[in-house]
Amino acid sequence: MVDWFTEPLEFEFMQRAMLAVVLVGIVSAVVGAFVVVRGMAFVGDALAHASFAGVAAAFALGVSIYLGALVAAVATALGIAFISQRGRLRFDTAIGVLFVGAFALGIVIVSRQDNYTVDLFSFVFGNVLGVSWEDLWLMAGIGGFVVAVIALFYKELLFTSYDATVAEAAGIPTRAIEYGLMALIALSTVVALQAVGIVLVIAMLVTPAATASLLVRRLHQIIFVGAGVAVASAVIGLYVSYHAEVASGAAIVLVATSLFAIALVLAPRRGILARRRLELALRRRIDASVPVAEQP
Amino acid sequence: MEGRATALAVRDVWAGYDATPALEAVSFALPAGSLAGLAGPNGSGKSTLLKTVLGLIRPWRGAVEVFGEALNGQRARLGYAPQAEVVDWEFPATVRDVVMMGRYGRVGLLRRPSRADRDAVERALAQVNLEALAGRQIGELSGGQQRRMLIARALAQEADLLLLDEPMVGLDPTTEHEMLSLFERLRDDGKTLLVATHDLSCIAACFDFTLLINRRLVAFGPTAEVLNTENLSVAFAEHLLLLPTEGGVYVGHHGHG
Repeated sequence: MVDWFTEPLEFEFMQRAMLAVVLVGIVSAVVGAFVVVRGMAFVGDALAHASFAGVAAAFALGVSIYLGALVAAVATALGIAFISQRGRLRFDTAIGVLFVGAFALGIVIVSRQDNYTVDLFSFVFGNVLGVSWEDLWLMAGIGGFVVAVIALFYKELLFTSYDATVAEAAGIPTRAIEYGLMALIALSTVVALQAVGIVLVIAMLVTPAATASLLVRRLHQIIFVGAGVAVASAVIGLYVSYHAEVASGAAIVLVATSLFAIALVLAPRRGILARRRLELALRRRIDASVPVAEQP
Repeated sequence: MEGRATALAVRDVWAGYDATPALEAVSFALPAGSLAGLAGPNGSGKSTLLKTVLGLIRPWRGAVEVFGEALNGQRARLGYAPQAEVVDWEFPATVRDVVMMGRYGRVGLLRRPSRADRDAVERALAQVNLEALAGRQIGELSGGQQRRMLIARALAQEADLLLLDEPMVGLDPTTEHEMLSLFERLRDDGKTLLVATHDLSCIAACFDFTLLINRRLVAFGPTAEVLNTENLSVAFAEHLLLLPTEGGVYVGHHGHG
């Protein structure tokens, strides 16, 4: 039994992978709490897809793929924030226009390459086992920056997320906070990119925070519980992927989804069973009460 | 009103959205320590006026002064409670969390709320009688409790001038009465209140000052002088039904009002 846990960690690539998924889990869940309470899930998905353009461009130019992803994701994030603040477009329309454009640009660049390889597609489907120490340091740097900024500006992020108009009237620099949050979401998708892949980044952002929001009902609690759920999903998922020989990103996401399903059923107050129990208790009370005679 | 300082001075304000004016040449001066009602039909510029005073909309012409100074240095003295309908009641926060937000502007960037901030929050909660519900989820509040929480947030800010947007919509008569007593208590404590409302009867019963607007200022002054048939028909035109009765004028809402 102990071997089940220790054996994989005898390999250095598994140690790196374990550190990477734990890091991705924490960073994604912290940012994801804001994504979930503000209903911005579409943004996270869009930024992950948009970063594909940067990955493809970096690949074609022979520069760091992380740099490419970072530039593309942050530029798209700021573009979305700009259009939705200035223009007459709805937020989701602005996102729809920009991210499909960026993704298409990525496909165009890739289609010009004769030698696109596994390397490029590891970003689409994730390849945490291929993470190098250099990648890991880069992820830790970006992720640490994201978490530190959120900790430093937590009260401004909270106020702006809850009620931007009143926050602005109180002198909070809400526009800077909105742009900043978009950039942080972009950075966190870049951190998660290699570990779980473009398609699954959104799951790391949304699922653990969604699970937490079923269990606790204050924003900072959602952040901490969400991070815990994410780390658990990442570690269990990575072990499962090793022993069952399945794709690691998908295994991690499936564990996170399972934990969400369990919370959905069993959560103490907001779970399906708890609500059902309340309904049953009410029904019993109604059935037990003596019918009042009809007034003549 | 002689000798009292001016809490809010609006001078020749023109403002609006894109190229559509919502306010034209609006001027008035609200004395400190008054309880004032702001009334006008839908689309008359009530919200635009509040937003301009709050500095959320920059006027095309004219100026707003709060306690004799430009808004920038006075933000903390100006509190705002939005319409309960525009607030996200599903947001994961307790009543105390939201009231604490009122302190954030004063606390400043990169600082954490101190003991004094927490004390101010508890005082604000006590002022609106919400101490018992401080740990409650905001989604579990009744309509009247919701409005009181939004007012408590402005009080936690230690604002002296409170702008309240439609705090009485959808309240039952008992709760509405409690809300009016709260306004009077706050006024007696030295606060100045400007309350946007549709409810003319409640303005007539309790408010010292009345501001009637319909894009332009129709009338401003002591309520008894402002609320007459002539002013109301200018302000509301076809929106109100005015019936002369023995004791005065019956005011009814007409159509979609």
